[in-house]
Amino acid sequence: MKSICFYFQVHQPYRLSSYRFFDIGSHDHYFDDYANRYIMQQVAEKCYLPANEVIMSLIKKYGQDFKVAYSISGLALEQFEQYAPAVLKSFQELAASGSVEFLAETWAHSLASLKSKNEFAEQVSIHVKKTEALFGQKPVTFRNTELVYSDDIGNMVYDLGFGTMLTEGARHILGWKSPNLLYCSASNPKLKLLLKNFRLSDDIAFRFSERRWNEWPLTAEKFISWLEKMDEKDETINLFMDYETFGEHQWAETGIFDFLKAFPSLAIEKHGMRFKTPAGVSKELQPAAQLHVPYPVSWADEERDLTAWLGNELQDEAFNTLYGIEGKIRELDDGRLTRNWRYLQASDHFYYMCTKWFSDGDVHKYFNPYSSPYDAFINYMNVLSDLVNRVEKQTNEINGA
Amino acid sequence: MKVLMFGWEFPPHISGGLGTACYGLTKALMQAGVDILFVVPKAFGDEDPGAIRLINASDVAVDVRDEVYRSHEDKISYMEIDSTLLPYATEDEYYRMTEQLESGLGIDQLNLHTQKFNFTGGYGKNLMEEVRRYAVVASNIARDNEFDVIHAHDWLTYLAGLEARKISGKPLVVHMHATEFDRSGNNINQSVYEIERTGMEMADRVIAVSHFTRNLVIHRYGISPEKVITVHNGVDPPKELSYLGIKKNLEEKIVTFLGRITYQKGPEYFIEAAYKVLQKDPNVRFVMAGSGDMLPGMIRRVARLGMGTRFHFTGFLKGDDVDRMFGLSDVYVMPSVSEPFGISPLEAMRSNVPVIISKQSGVSEVLSHALKVDFWDVDAMADAIYGVLHYPSMNTMFRNHGKNEVENIKWEQAGNKVKTIYRQMVHK
Repeated sequence: MKSICFYFQVHQPYRLSSYRFFDIGSHDHYFDDYANRYIMQQVAEKCYLPANEVIMSLIKKYGQDFKVAYSISGLALEQFEQYAPAVLKSFQELAASGSVEFLAETWAHSLASLKSKNEFAEQVSIHVKKTEALFGQKPVTFRNTELVYSDDIGNMVYDLGFGTMLTEGARHILGWKSPNLLYCSASNPKLKLLLKNFRLSDDIAFRFSERRWNEWPLTAEKFISWLEKMDEKDETINLFMDYETFGEHQWAETGIFDFLKAFPSLAIEKHGMRFKTPAGVSKELQPAAQLHVPYPVSWADEERDLTAWLGNELQDEAFNTLYGIEGKIRELDDGRLTRNWRYLQASDHFYYMCTKWFSDGDVHKYFNPYSSPYDAFINYMNVLSDLVNRVEKQTNEINGA
Repeated sequence: MKVLMFGWEFPPHISGGLGTACYGLTKALMQAGVDILFVVPKAFGDEDPGAIRLINASDVAVDVRDEVYRSHEDKISYMEIDSTLLPYATEDEYYRMTEQLESGLGIDQLNLHTQKFNFTGGYGKNLMEEVRRYAVVASNIARDNEFDVIHAHDWLTYLAGLEARKISGKPLVVHMHATEFDRSGNNINQSVYEIERTGMEMADRVIAVSHFTRNLVIHRYGISPEKVITVHNGVDPPKELSYLGIKKNLEEKIVTFLGRITYQKGPEYFIEAAYKVLQKDPNVRFVMAGSGDMLPGMIRRVARLGMGTRFHFTGFLKGDDVDRMFGLSDVYVMPSVSEPFGISPLEAMRSNVPVIISKQSGVSEVLSHALKVDFWDVDAMADAIYGVLHYPSMNTMFRNHGKNEVENIKWEQAGNKVKTIYRQMVHK
């Protein structure tokens, strides 16, 4: 019997304010408090609160048959505390139900796994502790920022004590294999891998309200009929998506909340399907095969690679400059400098600098507050230059003293 | 498909970019299988029109008893023009324009009732007279030739287009390369404005060279949006660059403004942005190349800001000096207040110079690899200049992608789009 594994990503970055070059050296108020508060409160109202309410009602109704998993970035957790405590409370209520698994990720929703093992480990550890403190459970499953995964990253994750990790069911790593089975890492077979079924996940996350899509409108009945038609050997259907899909990317008017209610009800009541958490799936199933992933994959775009965040000249300069000060940040161990440095690691900043969608790219425009990647880069680099200057200055003061 | 097209000039006798744009477009149209009869006020006989049939309006005999003749002749006497009349005019051209012949329009009396006009085809003081007489001749040409569509470029030829339409009943498309608001801000020449507005109102279709111009046409002239279509200009393939091999003698970075120093080009914003950059980084030099009515004021402003040792005026540059200036530049800034299209940033990009352009320009609609700011947003402009000079990957990005992008802005696309417009008009 196939089971369904729902995992939702919850994340909000700290957006930068407009920081001109003549601000460099004058102040370190890099973040746009007003915009961050406003956006958090908007999304709370439109998405987090109503979606949590639906999930809670499903849990109450179906008990052990309905489970979900969340990964909430540290930056989102902090902003809940600052700007939307009601959201945090409702997640805590979900945690208390016993039907929700909280996953570990990097505190700053960063790409540190690609650059610095130390920083990666430290951010994961901060996130694990915070999750434990807020939700009363120690994460056993890991999901990396943007589902980025490679053999090397798998090794690091296993060494940090995780037995299961989520990633993208990218065609180029799966080949003929089905994403609907449990796998394990080739470099470390004790690490189990759950793969996103990107077609079905994206049907909900991206295509739900797309009227030009020949399957529009997507109903719970139709969606389940697709699941029914799947290969008998398939064991787990992994529906991984941004939580903001519900009410934010797809507005309430599109009927997305009705779908979120109707799909589990129908699946459980009429089709006898069960919803499981990633940890549950990992425990119950046997890995079907090992996966070799020498080059990192992600969940973005057609290419499923890193090019949304890294690879063009702008992104690489920003990324290398950012991690170039890691050693000094650690030596100084200054609370404010470290915090700002981590906020600047959020993958979103690099996403804004991507140039590969000049021709198309509705998705990217939607998520991007800058009118061009060049504007995003200049603003980011101004901020980073100020941070670098402060770090250099303090380092020199200490060494000179 | 045969088109009767009215222009004001034809290569090599061009004083503005209008002639270049018309030439690029007509070549592309011919390649798309369109026949063109191209009318100019004055042909010099050494044009190379290729397969285009060039009609010299100065050769056309006009009957003075003709009603069209009299209706225009009546209006000529009290028209005076003092506007800057050309789109795309570079500084070089502006200079030539202002020096232009001020002699009266010659008339060859053939017999009692028939005469020919000796058009100058220039932009002198008797311009409005030429515009009117051009319309008279146009009426004759339209009567004597076969064609499916009439196409008129800029206000200078709109009256001609209208007369041709009246006598032939064929559909007319007018092409806005620039509006009077671009050239003159809010102090417009009312006669020019009226011709532009009437031309567009009467025309079956209006082509605008950018969405920016299209919006102006709709909002400032009240033209119905359904008939205004944007067709972006193309760019001609590059000529050989003469500056290659130039070495910079200065270690400082050079930021360049190159163009007419007039209201339209926004030179004052460049100066204010320069001041902000120099506050933070004194190792930059700014160059304002060009001349125009605002030059003295700009020199005074720079002196008042006390940055004379870092901010240089070259005066009017021509020919190779322009290429050399690009060769020395690290950033090119075009802060235009109102630019229907704007070719110069494309020339800079072709020379691997990163560009910062105002959002109030048509060219910003076709470029991705350029920094775009509002002309009035001096902070953003300064920030963009600083960013290009200090963050090395920006240069790499522009070098790797900018040139390629420019080379893909072709006349061919414009030609195909215009051909589609012709078809729609004919089959209506």
